[in-house]
Amino acid sequence: MSNHEHHDTAHQPVHRKEMTRRQFLAYTLGGTTAFLAAGPVLPMVRFAVDPILTKKTEGTYVKVVEESKITSEPQEFKFQIHQVDGWYESDPELAAWIAKDDQGNIFALSPICKHLGCTINWNTQKDNQYFCPCHEAKYTKEGKNLRVAPNPLDEYDLKLENGFIYLGPVKPNTKV
Amino acid sequence: MFKGIYNWIDERLDITPMWRDVADHEVPEHVNPAHHFSAFVYCFGGLTFFITVIQILSGMFLTMYYVPDIINAYASVDYLQHKVAFGGIVRAMHHWGASLVIVMMFLHTLRVFFTGSYKAPREMNWVVGMLIFFIMLGLGLTGYLLPWDNKAYFATKVTLQIAESVPYLGPYIKELLNGGEIVGAQTLTRFFAIHVFFLPGALLALLAAHFFMIRKQGISGPL
Ligand code: HEM
Ligand code: FES
Repeated sequence: MSNHEHHDTAHQPVHRKEMTRRQFLAYTLGGTTAFLAAGPVLPMVRFAVDPILTKKTEGTYVKVVEESKITSEPQEFKFQIHQVDGWYESDPELAAWIAKDDQGNIFALSPICKHLGCTINWNTQKDNQYFCPCHEAKYTKEGKNLRVAPNPLDEYDLKLENGFIYLGPVKPNTKV
Repeated sequence: MFKGIYNWIDERLDITPMWRDVADHEVPEHVNPAHHFSAFVYCFGGLTFFITVIQILSGMFLTMYYVPDIINAYASVDYLQHKVAFGGIVRAMHHWGASLVIVMMFLHTLRVFFTGSYKAPREMNWVVGMLIFFIMLGLGLTGYLLPWDNKAYFATKVTLQIAESVPYLGPYIKELLNGGEIVGAQTLTRFFAIHVFFLPGALLALLAAHFFMIRKQGISGPL
């Protein structure tokens, strides 16, 4: 008889993995509370982090100067970018130091000191270097940091088209 | 007359045990400057709280004129300071109080350290105190941007560059605080919200925890 084998255990208490009423209620209440809390919290969190998640506007290039004006001595050129800052739009003026390197390649450096963000200038100390008046950082013509500043000067993305120089977003220095 | 009003309310709400429980205790001799003058070091916690209350009150009044907007913020601060009666005083209370609160907090922390009051069973209150310290630093940072002058703008730029240097998370932290890619309109509104709502809210909650624990555990014994 196949039933025979089960006979011995028939009177033993059954061990089923079951949930007590109390546990069930605790889980239900917990789940409901979590759901009700998530309702208001999620929109607020998404609202707060929106700036990191919005698509960045593609770096646009701005026409700055004729290629023929560029010398191996760095020169400063100003140009305007269109800037959208939340609900304000403006056209702030930026500056770039543009020069030719030894191979004749044109490159453009950002004038923002990599120490604490003052504005650098070319050759004010008569030593053919960039100089920052704030804490006396110095950089080579390619932007290599010689003293005080921890990093080389940033570089602008640069395009040449029809004899004109177009500058785009700032990126870390690629010359040094 | 005040006694009459008090009794009338007390009969109905039985408020006497409530305030007794909070306020009616003897000051132990070792923390009473009238007994040992050197016990004045025990006043620094209370002084920190006093200045915090001044910060909250003066800050609430400053928001009556202040506008968190890149075009108008500077002009509104200029106006409230120079055109509004007592504007210079109210702004100065907030301005100097912001530094003084840090000084007092530091002295209070030194007292707790050198009396060994951070030891068991009061470890949790040291931790809460440290959280309060970071909230205060946050209030200082976010408040400093609000006048939107050159000093405010560049101080914030530098601080956010420091935040950016955190390994891996830095750029995200910076962008989140910036509310975008530059220090601009959205940074100012963000810092304003954090300065006047989020951090003071967190500060009050932590202060409540701080005082609850002091009340439960009492002041630490003499050295
Ligand atoms: C312990 C708490 C606080 C600290 C340490 C603190 C710190 C600061 C600092 C350093 C400034 C810049 C002041 C200046 O440049 O002259 C400031 C400005 C400001 N704070 Fe606070 N603050 C606190 C609480 C509050 C609260 C609770 C409010 C409002 C409810 C508030 C509202 C303001 C406003 C509107 C400004 C801009 C006006 C101005 O610059 O004078 N603050 N805060
Ligand atoms: S900011 Fe240029 S040297 Fe410090």
